[in-house]
Amino acid sequence: MPLLDVQLLNKSFGGLQAVSEVSFDVKQGAIKALIGPNGAGKTTLFNLIAGNLPANSGTITFQGKSIQRRPPHKIASLGISRTFQNIKMFHGMTALENVMVGRHPKSHAGFMAAMLNLPWTWKEEKKIRDYSMELLELVEIADFAHIDGASLSFGQQRAVELARAMAADPTLLLLDEPAAGLNIYETAELAKLICKIRDMGITILLVEHDMSLVMDISDEIVVLSFGKKIAEDVPQAIQNNPEVIKVYLGDDDA
Amino acid sequence: MSAKKYLPVLWLLLIVVAVQLATSYSGKEFYLTQLTMTSYYCLLVIGLCMVMGYAGQISLGHAGFFAIGGYTSAALTTNNFASYSELTVMQLLNRYGCIITTEDMFGDTIINFHPWLAFAAAILLTTIIAFAIGIPVLKLKGHYLAMATLGFGVIIYRIVLASEALGEADGISEVPAFVLIKGLSVNGNMDDRVINYYIAWGILTIGALLLINLINSRTGRALRAIHASEEAASAMGINTARSKLYIFVISAVFAAVAGAMLTHYNGGIGPSEAGVMKSVRYVALVAIGGMANFWGALTMAATLNFLSLRGMFGSYDDAVFGAILILIMLFAPNGLFKLSPIKAIRQIINRDRR
Repeated sequence: MPLLDVQLLNKSFGGLQAVSEVSFDVKQGAIKALIGPNGAGKTTLFNLIAGNLPANSGTITFQGKSIQRRPPHKIASLGISRTFQNIKMFHGMTALENVMVGRHPKSHAGFMAAMLNLPWTWKEEKKIRDYSMELLELVEIADFAHIDGASLSFGQQRAVELARAMAADPTLLLLDEPAAGLNIYETAELAKLICKIRDMGITILLVEHDMSLVMDISDEIVVLSFGKKIAEDVPQAIQNNPEVIKVYLGDDDA
Repeated sequence: MSAKKYLPVLWLLLIVVAVQLATSYSGKEFYLTQLTMTSYYCLLVIGLCMVMGYAGQISLGHAGFFAIGGYTSAALTTNNFASYSELTVMQLLNRYGCIITTEDMFGDTIINFHPWLAFAAAILLTTIIAFAIGIPVLKLKGHYLAMATLGFGVIIYRIVLASEALGEADGISEVPAFVLIKGLSVNGNMDDRVINYYIAWGILTIGALLLINLINSRTGRALRAIHASEEAASAMGINTARSKLYIFVISAVFAAVAGAMLTHYNGGIGPSEAGVMKSVRYVALVAIGGMANFWGALTMAATLNFLSLRGMFGSYDDAVFGAILILIMLFAPNGLFKLSPIKAIRQIINRDRR
């Protein structure tokens, strides 16, 4: 059984068919990439999976359970974490606090327990803090733990966002253009990091424009064009797929 | 971190004691009356500060919750319920000491509810109304939320003004003392001025402690995350609708406690407490304090409420708060405590150049 199974998904905005009859699945432990030219519907697809948008039709199944029409916070609690294309830091909070927010689904202290500062919450709070710190070390920005997240560099913010998404111990990690705005060295670091995360047992689905990154790390690639899936294969096959080349490089015969 | 967050609470207590001693020694104990009233208004403001500063929502209807608390307490402890005395509920309440029976000067029986029962009813009613209003209204954002809560405030104001049981334009007076425990009561007697000052600031300190704990918790982080980005917060597994609703209800309860206590202290409540300008004032106080600056909001609420209650702003009272709101939004959107005068002036100059 695949970890995530998307079947015949449709989404239209008014007259625009943003996602059209898209089907694919993501196997446990794999790195799967979604690529396609601008406006191909990649981010829409992400938002459908993460619950930010409702699909018009089709099914999304995660670990055998339908996750459709569930609110984003429920989907997150089920084990799907995500990052955003345009980084969404929690401004006014330190890098560490940002990551600590990510630990939300795995902790419990509610309003009453928090207001009364019940002793069991202290232990939980310390656990959240320690775990978040570990994650900041994993993404190698522990030195900036106590700096306002929004004042970090772009690359560092991406790293914080990644750590934040990791904090919920996700089963599936959705990365929306993780390399956008990164230079060639940072992208190489990111590739290593993503592989490291995969080796920790976390399945990854990413949307990416950076072809070298996608080809290097992906186990499988789905190519979208104008909302339709035009190919799904291993990287080498995708590179030689005439349909994909046509979409990316244009049609010679035209 | 864990102990450091309580340091300002210690300061608060020290200042409270110091002010009391200073007023007593200088023979200016009459200040304590306004200071006591100030503290109850502060209780409302710190609650609102959570909604506005931390969760990033707005409420222009908090005077409404204050009024619900105050009026419920006043109506149940002051109106005569003798005509309902045959009801089983009343007899049951009477058995548990929740009913106070007295006689007026003509020998007629007067039946009121015990202030504790009235207080419990006030809090319960506020909670229910806050949920009922919050569930639909908190789906709105920004201006729309402001307008919806404003509408709620206006409704409460008109209800209070039109209800015979609530005294119409006169409000309710002769509200009895609230005996918290034997020998400790919230009332406006001169003899109890000092103790009431301590009761009021004691309640505020407890309220502050609860909210400080909240701010520094998982839930507090969730609220701040919602403020920064609701979309990202929900992607982190935070139930944003529920968090916003709960903090709204909690702040409404803070307002209701303040309203109930101040009503017993003043011995009455009038419709002006439910007025829209009051809600605007509370919003202004949170803004001056710096929105997500708990102690800033408390400091400014204490200072400005006290000055206002002392009549420093004269008949321009509401205008002063309106002006403060405009000035703060223009020149110090992060609150008075984050204001750097030079930077502000430079910004104005640069703005003109562009």
